[in-house]
Amino acid sequence: MGSQGGWGQSKEFLDLIKSIGEARSKAEEDRIVLQEIETLKKRITEPDVPKRKMKEYIIRLVYVEMLGHDASFGYIHAVKMTHDDALLLKRTGYLAVTLFLNEDHDLIILIVNTIQKDLKSDNYLVVCAALNAVCKLINEETIPAVLPQVVELLGHQKESVRKKAIMALHRFYQKAPSLITHLVSNFRKRLCDDDPGVMGASLCPLFDLVTEDVSSYKDLVISFVSILKQVSERRLPKTYDYHHMPAPFIQIRLLKILALLGAGNKQASDNMHTVLGDMFRKCESTSNIGNAILYECICTVSSIYPNAKLLEAAADVTSRFLKSEIHNLKYMGIDALSRLIKINPDIAEEHQLAVIDCLEDPDDTLKRKTLDLLYKMTKSSNVEVIVDRMIDYMISINDTHYKTEIASRCVELAEQFAPSNQWFIQTINKVFEHAGDLVNVKVAHNLIRLIAEGFGEDDEGADNQLRSSAVDSYLRIIGEPKLPSVFLQVICWVLGEYATADGKYSASYIMGKLCDVAEAHSNDDTVKGYAVTAIMKICAFEIAAGRKVELLPECQALIDELSASHSTDLQQRAYELQALLGLDCHAVECIMPSDASCEDIEVDKNVSFLNSFVQQALEKGATPYIPESERTGSISVTTFRNQDQTEASSHSLRFEAYELPKPSLPTRAAPSLPLPSSDLVPVPESYQPYETPQPMQPQPITDSSSTELGLKLKLEGVQKKWGRPSYSSQSTPSTSQTMNPKTANGITHSEIKEAISYDSRKQQHEVSAEKQRLAASLFGASSSKSEKKTQGSKAMKSSPARVEKPQAPTSEKAPTPVQQPPPPDLLDLGDSTQSNAPPSSAVVDPFMQLEGLLGVPPQEVSLESNPGASASSQSVNLMALYEDTPGVGQLSSFAGSFVAGNPSVQSRSPRVGSSSVGSTAKKGPSPQDSLEKDAVARQVGVTPSGLNPNLFRDLLG
Amino acid sequence: MGIRFILLVNKQGQTRLAQYYEYLTLEERRALEGEIVRKCLARTEQQCSFVEHRTYKVVYRRYASLFFLVGVDNDENELAILEFIHLLVETMDRHFGNVCELDIMFHLEKAHFMLEEMVMNGYIVETNKSNILAPIHLMDKAS
Repeated sequence: MGSQGGWGQSKEFLDLIKSIGEARSKAEEDRIVLQEIETLKKRITEPDVPKRKMKEYIIRLVYVEMLGHDASFGYIHAVKMTHDDALLLKRTGYLAVTLFLNEDHDLIILIVNTIQKDLKSDNYLVVCAALNAVCKLINEETIPAVLPQVVELLGHQKESVRKKAIMALHRFYQKAPSLITHLVSNFRKRLCDDDPGVMGASLCPLFDLVTEDVSSYKDLVISFVSILKQVSERRLPKTYDYHHMPAPFIQIRLLKILALLGAGNKQASDNMHTVLGDMFRKCESTSNIGNAILYECICTVSSIYPNAKLLEAAADVTSRFLKSEIHNLKYMGIDALSRLIKINPDIAEEHQLAVIDCLEDPDDTLKRKTLDLLYKMTKSSNVEVIVDRMIDYMISINDTHYKTEIASRCVELAEQFAPSNQWFIQTINKVFEHAGDLVNVKVAHNLIRLIAEGFGEDDEGADNQLRSSAVDSYLRIIGEPKLPSVFLQVICWVLGEYATADGKYSASYIMGKLCDVAEAHSNDDTVKGYAVTAIMKICAFEIAAGRKVELLPECQALIDELSASHSTDLQQRAYELQALLGLDCHAVECIMPSDASCEDIEVDKNVSFLNSFVQQALEKGATPYIPESERTGSISVTTFRNQDQTEASSHSLRFEAYELPKPSLPTRAAPSLPLPSSDLVPVPESYQPYETPQPMQPQPITDSSSTELGLKLKLEGVQKKWGRPSYSSQSTPSTSQTMNPKTANGITHSEIKEAISYDSRKQQHEVSAEKQRLAASLFGASSSKSEKKTQGSKAMKSSPARVEKPQAPTSEKAPTPVQQPPPPDLLDLGDSTQSNAPPSSAVVDPFMQLEGLLGVPPQEVSLESNPGASASSQSVNLMALYEDTPGVGQLSSFAGSFVAGNPSVQSRSPRVGSSSVGSTAKKGPSPQDSLEKDAVARQVGVTPSGLNPNLFRDLLG
Repeated sequence: MGIRFILLVNKQGQTRLAQYYEYLTLEERRALEGEIVRKCLARTEQQCSFVEHRTYKVVYRRYASLFFLVGVDNDENELAILEFIHLLVETMDRHFGNVCELDIMFHLEKAHFMLEEMVMNGYIVETNKSNILAPIHLMDKAS
């Protein structure tokens, strides 16, 4: 076979491969590779390395990189090899270069010329090699250098060249769509190519194009449908079959395209019904590939304009998947189900037990997929069970990425469907406790806002109950180690505001707890700031209530420590607290009113309360304030010259080399305004950086959306507690690509209201191990029409906006010849003439002579798995077989050493022999392959010595 | 873009072939290979052949001592990728005859050539075994 000739590699290379193959550990492998790097560095720079040798070095470099080490010292040699005339060397060079370099590497520029030359070559294999390289190495800047040639090659007589040219153009489209907008019609043209391979390749760029802009390709629906019909009716050459399925990968690609084109478009969808129905009927479900196609059909059916019959067929297949014992099929079934419930939520009920089985399966992949499904079918009647499940799962995993995703999904569902405030708080607490560092900080602010605002205006008692239950839960949690910072901030804030409100806890107890928090998180200034301000509030409430405040010693120590803190913010808070302690009850009440977090703070931007003061100053002869806008021009006339040189002379040369830094005008104005009351050292409330009574003070948020958040908050009414808070429609949670389908689609008001109406509803369901009950709680409640997810993340591509576009203007982009379906003869190709027979073009002719030397290429070997090699045959057998192989002389010497020495080899030999014998019996056309291979390998010294006995095992055996 | 990478890794977690369809630095590749190989090798035969990893899925299949891992985008058809792996192995088998790990190691470039024919830009473009192997046969004959 082809490979037999290939053993002619050098001993050195074989030894290298052997030692890599037998390395027992990563460390050993690394050692081998490092040594190899040293060898290569020396060898590769030697003068006059023979070309074949150089090719081997290049492959060894590929090994070095593949095993995780830097081989950049040899890149240039790979580049040089692309210049070689010999096809194999050239292609190896291109291969190495594509593996080594990214498209922005400096060396690429040395290759572009070669590529240009090779694209013009007479030998189509050279052209193909160059086109492969084009797909990997050409970047936006170098596209123009090869574009004309690539376009020309679209009409090349060799189908493999046309195919690769299509893909090169596709690559350009991916890289720089704007550069080839005038060329996209070529993809349509190639859809009608005579060769099925080229047609199949053209589906790749067309898929991308349709994804981008559905409306321009509506006219192709008929063509795609007819191609799909022909393919599925076996009109393609047999060589495209895979396990008796005609060109399955082309079918799947077509189905994907149809799914896009049919989304929300009834007319287009109608055209697809027949072929889809046929496929459901005829596709065999016994093979993996048949099921792959059926699954793709389900995806298409759930994406296009709904059709009852097709949906029924899809549901049947789905239920067959779900009932299967094979996990892969169950997985596909769950995915299919989550697509179908978007159209008909009732389908899920039928499969509830299967779904629960999957949910409780130890297989993590299956469990996740099922959680995805549950997430998509959440409604207010089952939200508690589902979110509980999700949180349990979230706690059980370590993968940060997925943890973040689940956490934000929990929060999303909780915000959207929460049956009660109590439940909401508990849920969010849990999420914070276990994934606090991963959730978006806005969630914390939402929580605070909820606790502060309560149910709304009317029910004060319920609000208080909610708050005290929050306080209770926080006092329980607060001692736990490793709470996330954001959560601690929430806890501190809530404790400061509400801990002493109902008189259940004493002020000193709470203050003690807060001191503990500050101490335990001495590295976290933000938490300390929150804690000390909470202490201040509690003190203020105590003083206002006329009670005497006695600071605990630890509390005093904390204040002392913070007064000397490096953080000016903490210092200020500490001083504020100390100042506050000295005030009387009335003053304190003014500064820190009780439960005022929901009051709006009006900021007087005109600072009108200073008017009288300013007036006074003016009367005493002070210079009037000049607004900044008027300043520049007027300055030279006023007496400011000495301070404001720069302003005045901004248009002229300055001669003083080093000017003293000058106070800027605004600050100059500031000192003239003393604080309103001098004994209150610290600050009107709105200046406090972290914690004003407004819960949503944006300062502590570090992400860029903070300003937006701050702006948004004022607009929000109390009513929007549930439902999607309006700001979240603008800034999605950190993990949100797949998370926010609804936001993108916009959620209607009525939906929000609907969700609100469930607020007070209590669910009786408890999570129990018993499946039936779980099922009942997940599915049982009559599937209300509140199902929201009309479109899941994957269906996003088909946004309604696009669907509505009129169909008419497409004709301008679609030249008439393209519009017609591919000519029938497209698919009626003679089977083997083109693809199987050795190409007979002039280029290849020389090889024809060689053909006689090689055996007839084997037919496809049968692929059923070997029923395990029978262990019956003995090492005697093995030896006998070895006798038959060519090169007896060497072999016998080998055999001698084999028998004589190495016990580890001996111990292994029966197995090698037997497995080979097994396959000999099994596989007709190529009986002695593995034997010969083993023999030859051993002959050159590659003898797996027990460490990696599998190196010789047939992969398909 | 469909397929993001194709990896062949043996039971010991040693890479036997790696082809990426988006550029990753050497360190990123090392880290990624380590992570997903650990994930996949830890799974049992009965479990799904799919593993979610970060923003993509890994579809894997085991043949004797070798694992074939294919990283795909989330909207790719997993079963089809699973069969694509098998097609790749069948193609190698047709060429090498009873293909084994060592064949791939000794003929790394040929294995790559086959992949180059089958996958371009992360899309499956050729599944016809004769078409895939034709250039390789021709090169064999020429040299």
